[in-house]
Amino acid sequence: MQNNLLICGVGGQGIVLTSKLIAGTAMHRDIPVMSAETIGMAQKGGSVFSFLRLGEGMYCPMFPEGSADLIIGFEPAEAVRMLPYLKKGGKVVVNTHPIMPVTATLKGSDYTGREMLSYLTEHVPDAVLLDGDAACREIGSPKVLNMIMLGAAVRCGVLPFSVEEIEETMRRTVKEQFHALNSRALHYEKRG
Amino acid sequence: MHKEFLMGNAAIARGAMAAGLNRVAGYTGTPSTEVLETAARCRQDALYVEWSVNEKAALELGAGAAYCAARTMVTMKQVGLNVASDPLMSLAYIGVKGGMVILVADDPGPISSQTEQDTRHFASFSKLPCFDPSSVQEAYDMIQDAFAYSEQYRTPVLFRPTTRVCHGYASIEVKDPEECEVHAPEGFVRDPSKWVIFPRLSYQAHLSIEKRNTELSGVFSEYAHNLVIPETAPDCRRGIATHGISYTYTMEALSGRQAPRVMKVSTPFPFPEQAALRFLEGLDEVLCIEELDPVIERELTYLCGKHHLPTRILGKLTGHVRAAGENSCASAAADIAAFMGWEAPAGTETAPPPPLPVRPPVLCAGCPHRASFFAVKEAMKGKKSVFCGDIGCYTLGNAMPLDMVDTCLCMGAGVNITQGIGRIEPDTHCFAFVGDSTFFASAITGAVNAVYNQADMTLVVFDNSTTAMTGHQPHPGTGRTMMGEVVEKVSIEAVLRGVGVTAVETADPLQLQEAVECVRRVDAQPGVKAIIFKSPCAVLIKSGKPVSIDPAKCTQCKRCIRSLGCPGLVLRDGRVAIEQSLCTGCGLCAQVCPFTAIGGDDHAE
Ligand code: SF4
Ligand code: SF4
Repeated sequence: MQNNLLICGVGGQGIVLTSKLIAGTAMHRDIPVMSAETIGMAQKGGSVFSFLRLGEGMYCPMFPEGSADLIIGFEPAEAVRMLPYLKKGGKVVVNTHPIMPVTATLKGSDYTGREMLSYLTEHVPDAVLLDGDAACREIGSPKVLNMIMLGAAVRCGVLPFSVEEIEETMRRTVKEQFHALNSRALHYEKRG
Repeated sequence: MHKEFLMGNAAIARGAMAAGLNRVAGYTGTPSTEVLETAARCRQDALYVEWSVNEKAALELGAGAAYCAARTMVTMKQVGLNVASDPLMSLAYIGVKGGMVILVADDPGPISSQTEQDTRHFASFSKLPCFDPSSVQEAYDMIQDAFAYSEQYRTPVLFRPTTRVCHGYASIEVKDPEECEVHAPEGFVRDPSKWVIFPRLSYQAHLSIEKRNTELSGVFSEYAHNLVIPETAPDCRRGIATHGISYTYTMEALSGRQAPRVMKVSTPFPFPEQAALRFLEGLDEVLCIEELDPVIERELTYLCGKHHLPTRILGKLTGHVRAAGENSCASAAADIAAFMGWEAPAGTETAPPPPLPVRPPVLCAGCPHRASFFAVKEAMKGKKSVFCGDIGCYTLGNAMPLDMVDTCLCMGAGVNITQGIGRIEPDTHCFAFVGDSTFFASAITGAVNAVYNQADMTLVVFDNSTTAMTGHQPHPGTGRTMMGEVVEKVSIEAVLRGVGVTAVETADPLQLQEAVECVRRVDAQPGVKAIIFKSPCAVLIKSGKPVSIDPAKCTQCKRCIRSLGCPGLVLRDGRVAIEQSLCTGCGLCAQVCPFTAIGGDDHAE
């Protein structure tokens, strides 16, 4: 059994920690894990991604297009950018809050992310849409977006573990003062 | 043994430490940086770690330690080896006593480098053995072998991972502390006939190096990491030769199929000739899947000539593999399918997405470099001027709307390039921009040259008290070392005055008006002069309160956006707004707004 995951977004959204928590949980369960992510220039407001693979018989952390079981998109356009990697029937969890690139501001264009979301839902009808910005406000911290996304992704059922297991890894790796906040974010589900 | 989830660079450091590492020195550079950082973080008392001022210094320091029989590692990125090539070429002749591994990370793509140079050529050029790992686990294992070969053959060896191995993570088997070696260096033993390079000595050394490399080619032919994997396809007379991360792409592409024979070359120099001949035996065609240069392809082509083999060698030289850029799972799969006559891997045939926003890297919100560039731009408005940039975050000053970098070549080049331009165009106001870390690494000699040769130029040092681009490493101006000591800071101003620059001013770029006046004042003086724009990297200081825009005063002229391009300034429904999550409150935009519409807290009321 192999699991191919792609986490994508914009530098500074906490993607690396998300990937580490999944990897840490896999390690704990003795599941082999590999990952690869963007480091360097790309971090300054650039697109950021992390490939993550769990299971036996892997040679490299990257995988070709059409092979991701799950894409966790922290930003609508970034999810669309990486969509070719999704395999048929794969799942997508996406944050609906757009991040405006500086170049768009300069050109005076008004990127809203809406056209990205409609493209996404057209191609992946069961994509899970989540307003991460609103969720962060509800929980009371702009820093928990990654935990919100991670919780929602685990609930999709693609990953071989539960939110509680991820929570345990979080408690082992993150500073204690953030435990309560992160736990709330991991368990966050939009009501209504 | 136990399992850990490690980054490739961390695995290299941990592997080196398991081999009894005593000393590590390096100069920061993507994708090599985390090797030294990991060593510093996991260090025990017996290990000394330093960021040297540049790669040449690091390599010479490593040589000295290795003369004392210490096990040493030197770390750098590929272009850093150009800087260190002078000691490298000579040290290859002198040799070492303790194991010495020179870690040089290559960057196919290139993703964050100026060139796509291939360190495997440096190996054959300098005649030094070279190791090329293909995975995180292999990097951990092979670096230990590299130390063993180095010490056994008393020669420095090159260890050359590429970005995807350096920055990949994997759960790997690592040694328990009691399995790791502890090595005590015996110290320097005086022997001028060994440690002093002389033409006669070099002649002798050259002879024995050639002899050793022939021997090593045989030894490496039996080396466990130089693999030949038999074909699973019946009667298949095709083979694939590959290396590094491309080997893993190849194996992914072949998994679950009747596969051709595969060779993985983990020691590109000395080339494992006997192993390669075993691989070539009976094959009609071989496809070489390599990144950067066709090193294996040339070796195999040569071997076929030497041994009159009928095998056709295909790859970059024959146009079967793309000549430049990074390989990927997809590119390897496509190249292999074409070679094997398999159906091309199916692409995804979905409708094209709406135009995606591009996100080129930009200077951070609140970055003081933005202010420095803008001050020079304002001061030089309407004057014929040239702006020579250098390597660091501030290379991003080339982007619109700042558009303030006319040239960028290599570390420390700007200060000299600007002198060259000034000689041809004496009526031009010549500026060189250099960061603090780059200044120490390689711009001081350029400043001396300018003073000595009576250039007319302004050197602008962007001093943000860190090496920001590669992840905030300390340097001589920061007063901190990798051993955790607090030391006297080397003053850039004192250095410049010391080499004879008399007009030196230090200014805060975030005080825009004063900064602009400073540039005008300094530029007006003859000869070599310097400005030090001093303000800490925005990532390292606690952000101030975001500014706010007074809607009553803002005329939507968008001057702030068009002059600065700060990510903190955004358009919301067509109106200028502050992105609260990014703005650091640096106040630069407030000084640019012609209607004083931008200000601090109390301002909006
Ligand atoms: S990391 Fe520091 S120096 Fe680099 S762009 Fe950001 S604020 Fe500027
Ligand atoms: S004060 Fe203005 S220039 Fe400075 S970070 Fe905030 S928005 Fe950017």
